Amino acid sequence: MGEGRLFAVVLAPLAAAALSLLLRRVPLGPPAVSVLAAAIQFSILLSLLPGTLSGLPAETAALPLAAGASLRLRADALGLLFALVSSGLWAVTAVYAAGYLGATGEKRLGAFYAYLGVCLSAAAGIALSAGPLSFLVFYEILTLATYPLVVFTGKPAAVAAGRKYLVYALGAGQLLLVATVWALWLAPGAEFTPGGFLAGRASPAALSALFFLFAAAFAVKAAVMPLHGWLPSAMAAPVPVSALLHAVAVVKAGAFGFLRLTGFVFGPALTGELGAGRVLAWAAAATIVIASLRALGETNLKRRLAYSTIGQLSYIVLGAALGSTAAFAAAAFHIAAHGLMKITLFFCAGGLYAHAHVEDVSEMNGIGRRMPLTMGAFALAALGLAGMPALAGFLVKWNLGWGAADAGRPLFIAVLIVSAVLNFAYFFPIVHSAFFGKGGGNLRLEEPSAALWGPPVLTALGALAVGLFPDAGASLYRLAWAAARACAGGAP
Amino acid sequence: MNALPVLIVATPLAAALVPPLLALASVRAAKAWSLAAQALCLALSIAALRAVLAGGPLRHALGGWPAPWGIECVLDAFSAALAVLVAGLAVLTTVYAWDWEDRRGPVREGAFQSLFLLLLAGLLGMLAAGDLFNLYVFLEIASLSSYALVAAGPGREAPLAAFRYLILGGAGATFWVLGLGYLYALTGTLNMADLSSRWPAISASPAAAAGLGLMVAGLALKMPVFPLHGWQPGAYAASPPQLMPFIASAGSKVMAYAIFRLLAGTLGSEGQAGRVLEALAPVGLLSVAAGSMLALTQTDVRRMLAYSSVAQLGLLFVGFSLGGRWAVIGVFWHMLAHAVLKSCLFMAAGSVARRRGSCEIDDFAGLGRTAPLTAFCFASAGLALIGLPPAAGFFGKWYLLRGALDAGAWVSLSVVAASGLMTALYVFRLLERMYLAPPPESKRVEPMGPWGAAPMLALAVAAILLGVFNQPLIAAFIEPARLAATGGRG
Repeated sequence: MGEGRLFAVVLAPLAAAALSLLLRRVPLGPPAVSVLAAAIQFSILLSLLPGTLSGLPAETAALPLAAGASLRLRADALGLLFALVSSGLWAVTAVYAAGYLGATGEKRLGAFYAYLGVCLSAAAGIALSAGPLSFLVFYEILTLATYPLVVFTGKPAAVAAGRKYLVYALGAGQLLLVATVWALWLAPGAEFTPGGFLAGRASPAALSALFFLFAAAFAVKAAVMPLHGWLPSAMAAPVPVSALLHAVAVVKAGAFGFLRLTGFVFGPALTGELGAGRVLAWAAAATIVIASLRALGETNLKRRLAYSTIGQLSYIVLGAALGSTAAFAAAAFHIAAHGLMKITLFFCAGGLYAHAHVEDVSEMNGIGRRMPLTMGAFALAALGLAGMPALAGFLVKWNLGWGAADAGRPLFIAVLIVSAVLNFAYFFPIVHSAFFGKGGGNLRLEEPSAALWGPPVLTALGALAVGLFPDAGASLYRLAWAAARACAGGAP
Repeated sequence: MNALPVLIVATPLAAALVPPLLALASVRAAKAWSLAAQALCLALSIAALRAVLAGGPLRHALGGWPAPWGIECVLDAFSAALAVLVAGLAVLTTVYAWDWEDRRGPVREGAFQSLFLLLLAGLLGMLAAGDLFNLYVFLEIASLSSYALVAAGPGREAPLAAFRYLILGGAGATFWVLGLGYLYALTGTLNMADLSSRWPAISASPAAAAGLGLMVAGLALKMPVFPLHGWQPGAYAASPPQLMPFIASAGSKVMAYAIFRLLAGTLGSEGQAGRVLEALAPVGLLSVAAGSMLALTQTDVRRMLAYSSVAQLGLLFVGFSLGGRWAVIGVFWHMLAHAVLKSCLFMAAGSVARRRGSCEIDDFAGLGRTAPLTAFCFASAGLALIGLPPAAGFFGKWYLLRGALDAGAWVSLSVVAASGLMTALYVFRLLERMYLAPPPESKRVEPMGPWGAAPMLALAVAAILLGVFNQPLIAAFIEPARLAATGGRG
């Protein structure tokens, strides 16, 4: 059921990639193609929504790819959530990148949008993978397709960042390969099952080893400390690439992997029994606190945002590790919430850099008076990430705290509070000095082109909308809860 | 009685007589003759494979003398499939080398085609040989012709590299005969099938172990694996670049075939043979690690690819020693994948060598812009070699890992997994240069014609497609080959 539509979701970005190369000489051809493809992809995903919410997700026939494992796409609640988020954010990124690359004098639009398309196709594949082998295939394609974007400028810093990224990501890929072969060896032909499929398949020691093999593989992409080193280096890439890395697809793929791992491979019950959830939860909590402290110490705006991402992603890991329904739902929903807010922040940072050549926090005094729309969006997203009520981040923190209490580990609520305080501490001074700081003398309004301020304003409003009406539009909140309930109850 | 096992060997052997004479009249004619002979050989191999898959092994007793007294040629599902692969690679390489002029005149070109046909005859002969002594004879035919081909290389270092190869290769062949002598003294037979039936009686004898060990060491040197690889990087770098796609991919697979046949097929994995098989694991693991690291330190791309072969062939040893159904399938798949990928990589390296006169890493700078097709083929085969899904290299590792899990061999499991990352390091070292570095000042530009491009592109596309269609290929060819090679064990 819905086979054609599922394939179309994965193939639309690929088609956009091919057309971008063909139309690379047409002014604004590649961005237009991408926006169109994203719109098509998003509307197909919306059309899949009713089936998924009613418990009858669309799926394709299985394509046997290796003995005991096949390739199959399925639009379950969690996958559809991730696919909707990356598809929606792809559209705004495509618009923004046209403005940003134009403002920085980059000519190779065709190649840029082509790689972006391949990344998005892989992300859609990851989201809709019905089993571990399909997941692995798309995960590796994503690794590969991201590399040319990381090194896109060809500058020495970018090339060095690319090397680091490859070693981390391909190393993680090998771990994931071993883990996938192992899991499918224990349970031949298994697919992601709400509540997990590995219970009782091997001794607890072997299962724990397998769990941490998976966890290490995902931790690299999700930048869980101490495997996060590649992410701050990758800031050498152009801003739209950072948006892709941090919000649309790449790190989210790792975080999504954790949700698949604890919810659909091991299941919350087995994760808890093995004691693996506890270890993972503490690793995530440590990452949240340490990354926030590191963010405080960075004065380069993009690097501060990078450490903020590292901390925020571990909310998802924490939610996946805690295993209670509310925590899992919060984690799933944070894919959307963090995506909307972090992409806003990066768009703003890019606007500041492209338009006013501001890179450092100390140069931002008074910038909010010159570029009120950009900085207004920035303020909204920053406060949202810190967890201000009425914005999307609050909903996540609330449910995560509730989930921690539910799981019998209220200590993690303290971690969340510390993290919220630190988030305010590293975001609030920026917002304050931008609007009320001395200096920046020039009081004229000089917003950059609409392509640079429009997308962040849109995504900031999106974050607000999702915070106020979490089910508006794409029912993201309902999807998150549906996924969490399925994992807890083991119901399909 | 079926003549196909003899014909696939006799065709290139007889055809090898003609090119030196033809070349005096026309170099093109000599090449066309050679290509026609190889194509015929390929057609015969395909016919043989079809016959084998339909009706079991093909046997031919030469002169009507039955085995074990007479000489027997045999093709089963394993050797026939490899014969198709070897003949196919020969055809592709000859097409690739079609418009590659040897500046040293028609006499050289004729000898060249002749030697190439002899090499093909030698390798196919090893596959079709039914007894161990004939295997040795064909091994020497293949070896001698490849020494001469290496010596025909364009650079000044070619004769020295060929000499090293000759000395070490000669030592390898001697090991084989020496070991063979032990087995002959113990059993009184050279026929593989006969030897197999007499094996249980002597399987506990230390002399049998010594004989087997010597024979395996001899072939391991020819393959080669670490630490017996001393001749290979020099020989690969000095050979005529247009022949490397064949030399680098076909020879090592046939040597691996002979080792596997000797240990698992002919003798069974019992007694001393099993011990020798187990001893292959550490050699393979060492080979993977050392080959990958040495590959990383090279500046000549052909030497880098040579060390990469040392590492990839090490994986075959790892798989041999694991035994078991999935490990063997992994080994056979990896043999196929590595043959396809390495010849594609050497075709791309060859066209760089042709374009720029050398094949250093810096010659690859900016290739993505100056020669996009070559760069694409190199990248595609390189990524497949790393084992990124769903390309061909991925599934060799997938099945090898599965075999390692079956055997509970954790060390092998980690090495197979780590090999991918190590491969990635040396492949991306080049990809980075190809796509990010600016092209160097051009020494000379010689665009590649369709003859060079077509086989390279075909192999690059195969690198992806083979992986996607691994299931039907395994069911149709590799599973029968495994049953034939292991006698259904495992």
